Amino acid sequence: MISEEEQKTSKIPVWDLPDVPKGKLPPHLELQRTRVLCTFDAPTHTENIRYSGAYASMGVDNSLRLEDFRNNFKVEVIKLTEDDMEFDMIGIDAAIANAFRRILIAELPTMAIEKVFIANNTSVVQDEVLAHRLGLIPLKVDPRLFNYMSENDEPNERNTIVFKLHVRCERGSPRIKVKSNELKWLPNGSEFIRSTEKSTADSTSKTKTYTSFSCGQDSLPEFSDNPIAPKHDDIIIAKLGPGQEIELEAHAVKGMGKTHAKWSPVATAWYRMLPEVVLLQEIEDERAEELVKKCPVNVFDIEDIGKGRKRATVARPRSCTLCRECIRGDDWDKLVALRRVKDHFIFTIESTGALPPEVLFTEAVKILEDKCERVITELS
Amino acid sequence: MEHGSFQDQSQATFSLTDEDHTLANSLRYTLNQDPRVTFCGYSIPHPSDARVNIRVQTTVDPAREVLKDSCQDLMLICQHVRGTFDQAFTEFKSKKGLESMSIEP
Ligand code: SF4
Repeated sequence: MISEEEQKTSKIPVWDLPDVPKGKLPPHLELQRTRVLCTFDAPTHTENIRYSGAYASMGVDNSLRLEDFRNNFKVEVIKLTEDDMEFDMIGIDAAIANAFRRILIAELPTMAIEKVFIANNTSVVQDEVLAHRLGLIPLKVDPRLFNYMSENDEPNERNTIVFKLHVRCERGSPRIKVKSNELKWLPNGSEFIRSTEKSTADSTSKTKTYTSFSCGQDSLPEFSDNPIAPKHDDIIIAKLGPGQEIELEAHAVKGMGKTHAKWSPVATAWYRMLPEVVLLQEIEDERAEELVKKCPVNVFDIEDIGKGRKRATVARPRSCTLCRECIRGDDWDKLVALRRVKDHFIFTIESTGALPPEVLFTEAVKILEDKCERVITELS
Repeated sequence: MEHGSFQDQSQATFSLTDEDHTLANSLRYTLNQDPRVTFCGYSIPHPSDARVNIRVQTTVDPAREVLKDSCQDLMLICQHVRGTFDQAFTEFKSKKGLESMSIEP
């Protein structure tokens, strides 16, 4: 912890600097290195000083030894539900935390509907809009069980999932909603017959459809007791008036978020740095009351220090939104300092349902490892 | 992919295809942490080209080896992150499991 004395960030002439033990930075530089200072006009010292020799002239080694990293790195899970997860990652650089975030959003594969064969669509939703809407429906299926389908691959049971949707609204009945639970999994592949150029009657084998499955997907052990379906049953796909009908087949394939956001396995993944609220001076009595009132998210509390006197304390810095309300007005910024800890990340992952969030994160880390390995092999 | 001179192997530019800020920025970080590196940086020459150029200048060591070591470092960091995460996760799970058990009548 940084003591009161060290928290003064005012500029000091270099010859007045206190003596610091060798191998340590003077407090004001240490503060600039490890914290973003959120002053009332703008955040300052936002950059990370990464160069190993940045403080060489002061005899301070800024390089990171793997050993130190191992000793200091911490993860703490804060919240975990089926699809959401919040955890703290402490002691890592933003470059790497951001790499994980970018991979989660753009480079983890999932399955999503890519091709839609429309046999009949008399609804008001145009074919292309309907196809786009279908693509965005999250599917509850582990993408690791499937292969990518490349340009000249035949769709087979290992790279394609086929759904059927056939709904009609009878004449005389009220309008109906078509929801995602109408998407029925076809484990044996497409049922639409492919019209070949030579549609001669001598075609010996079975009729050709749009997929060539060699076996039913429901006979595979992974899916036999775990049928494939959309993650949510109640996503509205279209609305049908009397007499309208939709009949189509949707083919889902494996892809990545950087091709199209429908393949992104997360609704979003983000991090924020831990806020740090520091009282630079004792704030007592009326001023303390005033401070508590200023904060819209109740960061401050009041404690009794005896003799009928009260003092403000920082009780919940984590919920600070950095709205800067508490440092507005006359000289409040001399009493309260708002900072962010540069190497403490509050990471949140919201999965769309294909994989649980903790699996997503480990997969993301693995992908970064694979990237490194690729570079190493290319260089050797 | 390496562009540098044969006389002086301590400085080179590496051109990585199919990579972006994700890898390049992390590598820049690990490179910068290496005391042998005097300068490093990366650029993406054109946004619609999937390619990054990483520039490495070292004191004496061959830039190629230093970049390889940085990749190795990054990999070790990742492995440690994964290990720590898994551990924290199982800890949280078991704690949660105990709590939910005690709530049950
Ligand atoms: S910045 Fe806003 S949220 Fe944070 S402590 Fe000040 S008033 Fe509260």
